[in-house]
Amino acid sequence: MVEELGKTTEGDLIINVGPQHPATHGVLHLVITLNGETIKNVEPHLGYIHRSIEKMSESLTYRQFIYVTSRMDYLSAHINNHACAMCVEKGLQIEVPERAQVIRVIMDELTRIASHELWWGAMAMDLGALTPFFYAFRERETINEIMEETCGARLTMNYMVPGGVLQDLHPDFQRKVKEFIQLYKRKIHEYDELVTGNIIFQNRMKGVGYLSPEDAVSYGCSGPVTRGSGVSSDIRKHYPYEIYDKLEFDEILETGCDSFARYLVRIREMEQSVRIIEQLIDNIPEGDYQAKTKAVLKLPKGEFYQRVETARGELGVYIVSEGGTTPYRIKYRSPGFSNLSVLNKIATGSKLGDLVAMMGTLDLVIPDIDR
Amino acid sequence: MFLKDYIKEVYGAVKSLIVGMRRTGYYFTHHKEIITEQYPDNRATLKLADRFKGEVVMPHNENNEHRCTGCTACELACPNGTIKVVTKFDITPEGKKKKAIDKLVYHLELCTMCNLCVTACPSDAIKMAQTFEHSVYDRNKLTKILNNPGSKIMEGVE
Repeated sequence: MVEELGKTTEGDLIINVGPQHPATHGVLHLVITLNGETIKNVEPHLGYIHRSIEKMSESLTYRQFIYVTSRMDYLSAHINNHACAMCVEKGLQIEVPERAQVIRVIMDELTRIASHELWWGAMAMDLGALTPFFYAFRERETINEIMEETCGARLTMNYMVPGGVLQDLHPDFQRKVKEFIQLYKRKIHEYDELVTGNIIFQNRMKGVGYLSPEDAVSYGCSGPVTRGSGVSSDIRKHYPYEIYDKLEFDEILETGCDSFARYLVRIREMEQSVRIIEQLIDNIPEGDYQAKTKAVLKLPKGEFYQRVETARGELGVYIVSEGGTTPYRIKYRSPGFSNLSVLNKIATGSKLGDLVAMMGTLDLVIPDIDR
Repeated sequence: MFLKDYIKEVYGAVKSLIVGMRRTGYYFTHHKEIITEQYPDNRATLKLADRFKGEVVMPHNENNEHRCTGCTACELACPNGTIKVVTKFDITPEGKKKKAIDKLVYHLELCTMCNLCVTACPSDAIKMAQTFEHSVYDRNKLTKILNNPGSKIMEGVE
């Protein structure tokens, strides 16, 4: 607190937004220094939802620790689990069956769409439009139903295991996903009609929250936040994992560098995810859904790192193994933490009312920041 | 030119609002698109997916027999210490000692429904049930003993 007080001059106002605040999508605590209505400094205070997931993982075996990561970035739980499973596979040098790889990629992309849908609804709600939230949840509900049928849960699936996936696909899976794609294509124009083209929305977003490409790189941002500034950063393109190198999809880049550019990146990313699913859904190869693994997994001594592209950016899983059944140390490089650090940069000098819009475009999930 | 641009901008702004309002108006008059489920009222017809992970149960057959051998694979697989297997030794008719479960204690309040115990079980003794209304007034009621009283292991399960 003393540090913030040092920066203030007479007439400045320090206010706390959060930890319990409806606009922060979670328990994020921001200490904001204001001069009138202009933001002078934003300092995020973390620790309110710290559950020491990294420390917890050290006492769990390589099969068990994966479920905890669903609770980090709960909106892209599949992709978190995927990263962990792949890191363990890297250590054990397991060859994942092709069927499992395809299932994993389809699930990842469905999760990405679901995550972006929720973001879109919440983004519009941040700016005062409540209706889009329900429209977004209508499509997201379809994905949740697909997940419920195949994985058995709607949000924290724990479907990826070292060697493949936990269960085979539900017989209705392909039909349901095709139905979803039909529904999605029928409804996607509504998003543009309701929100993207809306003049109030555009005025609130354009020119707000300027993040230069240099800053985006130097603050370590990833995902749609950097791509909104025109920096190519898609892990799926640059460091392809699973079968992404065989798929046709575009990396979305916008050069607006403002909130609206980041908004457009996510909207168009959803279409690319649908494109990926369309390529795969009719071509799921037959075979095993899980490779044969030992009952007790022991990673060889060494260090293993695996990165994936979640809905929010780059997630890195770093495992240090001493050769035992539990990891010696686990470190997660979460996208939300780096993306949050840029908030002070883009918010300084703008008005307090725009802060919520900027936070919305960063797509912060607080449990991901605060592990 | 300035005036022309200004009018164009105002026209575009009003149009964008009307386009959005038309979409909202469409759903206001088309009730078929409503997908809301009236949850507590539709409990009779509500059907969850077969694989839905609600709680761990141990199926018994009509002779009050289960398939659990007491190998504690589920206990070892569980990340939270949700399952506790208490074993005892039965005396078989031949006079040998045989390991069997006394009770399988399941703490629903700790369970995260990760399905690891079910996949770890070598004899398919436990499975996930589709129940989800777990709220009770006393937390002790969440600690359950999965095997029925007086139950014993099914013939032929090792």
